[in-house]
Amino acid sequence: MNLLNLYNFLEMYLVIGAFLFAIGFYGLLQRRSLVGMLIAAELILAGASVNFMAFNRFVAPDPTVGQIFTLFIMGIAAAEAAIALSIVIAVYRNYKSIDAEDLAELKG
Amino acid sequence: MIPLTLADVIYWFNALFTAEGLAGVVFLCMMATVVAGAVFAVTSARLIRSVTGLALCFIGVAGIYYFLNSPFVALMEILIYVGAVCITISFAIMLAEPRQEDQGGRKNAMLWPMSAGAAVLLFWGLTMLAGKAQWPAIPTRINNGSLEDVGISLLTTYSMVFELISLVLLVAIIGSIVLARAGRSKT
Repeated sequence: MNLLNLYNFLEMYLVIGAFLFAIGFYGLLQRRSLVGMLIAAELILAGASVNFMAFNRFVAPDPTVGQIFTLFIMGIAAAEAAIALSIVIAVYRNYKSIDAEDLAELKG
Repeated sequence: MIPLTLADVIYWFNALFTAEGLAGVVFLCMMATVVAGAVFAVTSARLIRSVTGLALCFIGVAGIYYFLNSPFVALMEILIYVGAVCITISFAIMLAEPRQEDQGGRKNAMLWPMSAGAAVLLFWGLTMLAGKAQWPAIPTRINNGSLEDVGISLLTTYSMVFELISLVLLVAIIGSIVLARAGRSKT
């Protein structure tokens, strides 16, 4: 495995997908603000898309399936971002903060 | 590897300046872009900087899609993520105006080492799994995955899903308008 033809190996793309998933997981746990958590969730979705596209390129008999799946992931991610950001704005209007730890009104 | 002779230098020089070698260099640059953008998006303390990191990371992901034989999906990635999602997030940051000083990690000091450990464990496990697994060889393709084939199967095999996602997007548009307007009339 030469350094210059890494792009011909399925494992390399899987490693990139795993990296995006792991760093998004870290950000989702560690971020305090709701927008930061949304950014980390977008990274997780990007990791999933990279995995689908890699399998589509290397092992799929029908190479349109992975592309269509990735396009649908993009649509879902755009819808998710729109809904999440309007929830963030509604939360900011009520609490004057987008800190996830301030949303503790139901805490006993 | 360390004691480089002149023959090694000439070999690497010749390997670098071919079409495959330059493609490999571009691929390494795209990987570096993805990694740098993702690290920047997750670790920077200010939210507007992490949106910039997210955009950088998505440009790198689009380059990786280009290497996976799908230039259409790469263009869509730039159009939707860099052009729409990142802009929407930066609008939300401007509207919600978080405090500048404490946007970083959580108050609980134990949380970040634990989450970093969990993320490293996850990355290590998935990488080992990808290295160990035996993937089947490339089967015979029933088409070549071009944009035309994608369009044909979107309107035949996946037409139901195509309709459903338009419904989802419609509900998302109406729902976000309703949610964001809800508090405005009261105050």
